[in-house]
Amino acid sequence: MTDKTLTLAVNGSNHTVQCDPDTPLLYILRNELSLKGARYGCGQGQCGACTVIVDGKPVQSCNVPVADFTGKSITTIEGLGTIDAPHPLQQAFIDEQAAQCGYCVTGIVMSAKALLDVNPKPTRSEITAALRDNLCRCGTHARIIRAVERAAVAMSSR
Amino acid sequence: MSRTNESSPLPGSLSVNPTLDQWVRLAPEGSVTVSPGKVDIGQGISTALAQIAADELDVSLARIVMKPADTMNGPNEEMTSSSLSIEHSGIAIRYACAEIRGTLLHKAAERLGVSAERLTVDDGVISQTGGQRKLTYWELVEPGMFHRAATAQFQPKSPDEFRLIGTDVPRLDIPAKVTGRPSYVHDMVLPGMLHARVVRPPSYEARLVSIDDEAAVRAMPGMVELVRDGSFLAVVCVKEEQAMRAARALRNRAKWDDRTALPEQAAVYEHLKTLPQQVHVVHEKGDGAPKTPAAQTLKASFTKPYIAHASIGPSCAVAVWNDGKPTIWSHTQGIFPLRVDLSKVLRLPEPEITVIHSEGAGCYGHNGADDAALDAALVARTVPGKPVKLQWSREDEFQWEPFGPAMSVELTAALDGAGSIVDWTHELWSNTQSTRPGRQPEGTWLMAGWHLADPLPKPPPRMIPLASGGGSDRNAVPLYDLPNAKVIHHFITEMPVRVSALRSLGAFANVFAIETFMDELAEAAGVDPVEFRLRHMKDKRARAVIEAAADRAGWKGRPTGDGTTGMGIGFAQYKNKQSYCAVVAEISLEADLRVTRCVAAVESGLAINPDGIINQTEGGVIQAVSWTLKEAVPFDRSGVRCMTWDDYPILRFDEVPEVEVVLIDRPDQKSLGAGEAAQGPTGAAIANALAQAIGVRVRDLPLSRDQIAKALV
Repeated sequence: MTDKTLTLAVNGSNHTVQCDPDTPLLYILRNELSLKGARYGCGQGQCGACTVIVDGKPVQSCNVPVADFTGKSITTIEGLGTIDAPHPLQQAFIDEQAAQCGYCVTGIVMSAKALLDVNPKPTRSEITAALRDNLCRCGTHARIIRAVERAAVAMSSR
Repeated sequence: MSRTNESSPLPGSLSVNPTLDQWVRLAPEGSVTVSPGKVDIGQGISTALAQIAADELDVSLARIVMKPADTMNGPNEEMTSSSLSIEHSGIAIRYACAEIRGTLLHKAAERLGVSAERLTVDDGVISQTGGQRKLTYWELVEPGMFHRAATAQFQPKSPDEFRLIGTDVPRLDIPAKVTGRPSYVHDMVLPGMLHARVVRPPSYEARLVSIDDEAAVRAMPGMVELVRDGSFLAVVCVKEEQAMRAARALRNRAKWDDRTALPEQAAVYEHLKTLPQQVHVVHEKGDGAPKTPAAQTLKASFTKPYIAHASIGPSCAVAVWNDGKPTIWSHTQGIFPLRVDLSKVLRLPEPEITVIHSEGAGCYGHNGADDAALDAALVARTVPGKPVKLQWSREDEFQWEPFGPAMSVELTAALDGAGSIVDWTHELWSNTQSTRPGRQPEGTWLMAGWHLADPLPKPPPRMIPLASGGGSDRNAVPLYDLPNAKVIHHFITEMPVRVSALRSLGAFANVFAIETFMDELAEAAGVDPVEFRLRHMKDKRARAVIEAAADRAGWKGRPTGDGTTGMGIGFAQYKNKQSYCAVVAEISLEADLRVTRCVAAVESGLAINPDGIINQTEGGVIQAVSWTLKEAVPFDRSGVRCMTWDDYPILRFDEVPEVEVVLIDRPDQKSLGAGEAAQGPTGAAIANALAQAIGVRVRDLPLSRDQIAKALV
């Protein structure tokens, strides 16, 4: 397919990219917009390392064409917070030391963000259900669950 | 300042890398750059090493800059493996920093005209108690001052002088990682960087015959180079998505002659036993004749399948050739060993190759990282001056990574009339547990090296000596006090499936076997499993973790097996010389076996970063729950049939048990590696809990619905 000019709304601003519209969103985010926080894990929408939020819902960005995302609101991990000013959810992951290698963690934070946005006080089983499509190989699950619970408390008391 | 024995060898990795400024430099101004040869693979070692440096130098942690390992200047610490980073690198950094601090104190004393004993250091500022004059490390240091061999004549601090060692210093890398900052080699960008993909053969023994209309692939958008060398195929494109499309097209057009002939998966353990092997008696204790007569003899067989590392991030590397010399960024566990093999395949002297460590996803042993580094070097050689990022696909990783080898274990033990073990035999069958690059004199273990038109052979497999921790026989020698014990290692030299080091090597299968067998013996002796272990264990540190795990888990009040729930224990000291760990698991048998709770007690001597050890132990437990319940690499006669996460399910969030870790700190004991202690005990604890629940032993891993059903028949 030939390249097209597409406009994407990412983290609150519009970006114009020239690309093959069949390209999965992940590669546009990482290579054209230099947003490295969503990561390649499987290319089949099975592991969640590439999770971003689109119109409020968690979406695995590795196997969906970028053309499907025009006119939608995309939030990546970079849209949450920074090292100096982390989002409460990111702060909770830091407080709980909820990472080992950290490769899966950005996708997990995004899935958790999408959950807390619609369910600010989730039960533990609601958290684990929401994270079911995110794989973690280091076995950091227990800390991650605690971090999401901590974030829920912090965010609801703001 | 006390002085140590001058004739003793330098401690840890200083013994082979004695130059002080290879490890630590007081630069740039106001900071301290620490350059360990051990690398971060998800375990957080950099933070622990920074704590050590900051404490020994008396500077704040904020001044420490941890430099990624490289082959240009850094110390050669071989592999980051076997949970040895604290013992090798940590001790080297302790002594190097103690020596730098002590040397600068002496210099300050001369300048100030007082004795060094009257000086104190606060965040790199040296002053005399009550005195006005101050000198900083950076005022005192001179160029080349520490470009000399360490003497180890400056005693590191004692535990009562630590500020940071022994505390839960937060991981230095986590803020960047949870905010999505570039953190991995996968995220690297260099000016003009191109993107590459490999097209692997469909199976181990497939060789390229032809490509149908190669020109059509070369004409695809963004194509820069199509690399074809024997059966090694790759594409280099301007954009990553172009490389992915070109690789797909090339794969569809490639014709292969495939002679792969693997054994049937269902019969793999029997098949492995028929292959060429060396038989080594690696341990023998006692005269073989029990002094008290055996009242009963028990025998049991155990199997463990091939298990994948299954890193979440498939392997990746960046390479660039300038003036005929390559620089490679890799998430390898050993930059120097990798360089040895790169040198052979690229036919270049080692000093002309630079390897720089850049983090990847957690590896848990030898995955595709080293292979991807060679792939990137081969591909970048065809586009000199242009950096190339080469990314493996999920399918590449699952199909081609070297798996943790399949193992069989047979145990025989005799009990006397009093219920004491009087005889013990452990016999095991396995391929090698390491085909890592770097050690073999000839040939290479790097995969692309076998596929080139002018290939290198595979080297003969090597057995890791028990004295260095062992390979398949790791933890095969029982730690219990037994009058007679024998361990026979069948080292199978032919490898139908590609294998190498997976976290804990043979310890997982051996501890699984030993510790479930201990429960069988306890039952035969009519003794509680915890009590039975303690009766056979004199080592106080071992007893302490067993008791701590049992106490915390509520062992004394454990219910009797009711067919659906159970509680079991497992214990080991990793390699019989590193961390002690006991795990109590609780299970619930529904349609599938579920692990509902695990309590681990761990002791690693002096804990440098207690939360780091707890995090590693939690992770080890959960990963081992996944191995134990779910994991086996699928294959058939024509090859490995593992491509996606559907083919290789791992534990998910809604299946994870509650995990509690009890850390026993022993500041008076040397720090011990803690990354691999929990695996074996966890597997055994689950099997023991299952046996308590259903009254039947399942000795073949994984403890899947099928295996449990088979055992119940």
